Amino acid sequence: MINTTKSLMNLSYNKEAKIIQIQGGRGFQSKLRVMGIREGQKIKIISRQPFRGPITISINGCQMTLGRGMAHRIIVEEL
Amino acid sequence: MIKKIVLVGNPNVGKSVVFSRLTGANVIASNYPGTTVDYSKGKMRLDGERVDIIDAPGTYSLQATNKAEEVAVKMFKEADIVINVLDSTNLERNLYLTLELLETDKPIILVLNLWDEANHLGIKIDAEELERIIRIPVVTTVALTGEGIKNLVNRLKEAKSNEKIKPTSEEGRWIEIGSIISKVEKVEHRHHTIRDIISDLTIKPATGIPIAFLIVFFAFWLVRLIGETLINYFFNPIFNDYYLPLIYDLSDYLGPGFIHKILIGEYGQQINFIESLGMLTTGIYIPFAAVLPYIVSFYFTLSILEDTGYLPRLATLVDNVFHRLGMHGHGIVPMFLGLGCNVPGALSTRTLETRKQRFISATLLAICVPCMAQLAMVFGVLGRFGIYYIGLVFIVLTVLYIILGLVLNKFIKGESPEIFLEIPKYRRPSLKATIKKTWMRVRWFLREAIPYLFLGVLLINIAYAIGILQWFGKAVQPIMAGVFGLPGEASIALITGFLRKDLAVGMLLSFDMTAMQLVIAVTMLTVYFPCVATFVVLIKELGLKDMLKSVILMISVAIIVGFILRILLLGV
Repeated sequence: MINTTKSLMNLSYNKEAKIIQIQGGRGFQSKLRVMGIREGQKIKIISRQPFRGPITISINGCQMTLGRGMAHRIIVEEL
Repeated sequence: MIKKIVLVGNPNVGKSVVFSRLTGANVIASNYPGTTVDYSKGKMRLDGERVDIIDAPGTYSLQATNKAEEVAVKMFKEADIVINVLDSTNLERNLYLTLELLETDKPIILVLNLWDEANHLGIKIDAEELERIIRIPVVTTVALTGEGIKNLVNRLKEAKSNEKIKPTSEEGRWIEIGSIISKVEKVEHRHHTIRDIISDLTIKPATGIPIAFLIVFFAFWLVRLIGETLINYFFNPIFNDYYLPLIYDLSDYLGPGFIHKILIGEYGQQINFIESLGMLTTGIYIPFAAVLPYIVSFYFTLSILEDTGYLPRLATLVDNVFHRLGMHGHGIVPMFLGLGCNVPGALSTRTLETRKQRFISATLLAICVPCMAQLAMVFGVLGRFGIYYIGLVFIVLTVLYIILGLVLNKFIKGESPEIFLEIPKYRRPSLKATIKKTWMRVRWFLREAIPYLFLGVLLINIAYAIGILQWFGKAVQPIMAGVFGLPGEASIALITGFLRKDLAVGMLLSFDMTAMQLVIAVTMLTVYFPCVATFVVLIKELGLKDMLKSVILMISVAIIVGFILRILLLGV
């Protein structure tokens, strides 16, 4: 089987993926989770702002904007 | 005995609307996470007893991540009954807080708000089944129209805790939520609607950035248009045709003397509503005819921007710039609110996560963001020389905002976390809610502004009569003229600016300055110090020590900017 996991940052625009892992401290993890970003959820990138700006994602019918540093620590598997 | 009912829920679920329905109070509701940063308190009748009801700031969890959320957790702990308001379109995420609440022993009632919208989106929730599972009352509401509120009031006393639910881990809560959702919620597939298309267009950079410029430009244009129209066709005619003759009659009746001076201005001179400096002339004209029209137009426009849900998208688009200034995209909210009045702007810095971000945001707000009261007078005073001069003031303040932000970001210690923000679905603003909100803010402005304006006029008149101000003006004449190229009297306006900046801008008119001198004076008036109301709020928000740093910055920046402008605009 080909390993298809990657960071959310490297996910192509508008491709659906499943969250495999959230890396980082406990505080960071739970901050994301209470907003609904957690393992097993399906996630999609809606837009990326230029010059290392934030990305906007869609998850479970909600949209959220998050910084690239955070996106790097979300590991996904493309579906 | 029930004494205190507290509304708790995620941001942007319509808690404030439920609150205003329960109390009949006027409360601001917007489609922007983090509008309620302080709590609102009201009263309602429950079985003939009067009980306190409190609207806490929105929070995603009982583990607070910013100051506004800390307030929410504190409010929750003091509650006798908790009304947990949920967004029905987003049940799963909202239930996390609910489970945390259920682990405590507080009596709780669940409100599934935005019920109509959930139906609209094809989300079917079995509220009765949910009630059976979590064993606390569940009611469905459409707070905006009032649907279901009566039922909520009737069932308030049934609120109870669920002893079966024991404190568990984060993991455990999500497993529980998963099992609940699978039993109570069904989602039908939904097609892309026009709303989704607009949402996409306004957040993708290629289309979103040009649209953002258009929207902000249009918003300012609208503010100016409504404000000017109200002044020219409504307030000025009333003041000139009806009020002025009355004042002349009163002037004849009073005759010369101190009373005349305080109420109307100098006896025997032509009455000028801005320059006369009497309580009944300047003291009434500035708040009602010069500033109020712009307050109305500004808050009307801002309400529409807030309620539609556009601001979080704007925050996303500008995040890049604001991140370099030591904040993140959310920093545009204190700035926008501050353009109306610096006080709510300063309060909204609470939604930023770290001390560094709050310090930068509040300091930049106090230095570079003029409030609408001041701006309205700037339009009036500088507008006569041409739009170019007003533009000049704006450009100087914008450049200053950016330079100061870059510098502060470099030198202030601490972290600037990245943006993390929910993008709500677009909602159509209701005209009724917009008008109500505008009216509330107008009322608040009048209540705040008029006492200070009267006090300002009174103090200035007394100080003039004793001769303090003339003495002070002469004493600082060399500094004002030598460093800033301004007349000595301009210092009097700067002192007055501490009470009310609008009054101070008006005073500048009587000093016979050139347009460029006015630009310098107006800019310095914005930069050097906030008004007393903002000052008090800032001390509370930043703490004494940080406020002291901020004040030193304000004064030194004002001196530097004044001096540079003098060289650039007046020549050496």
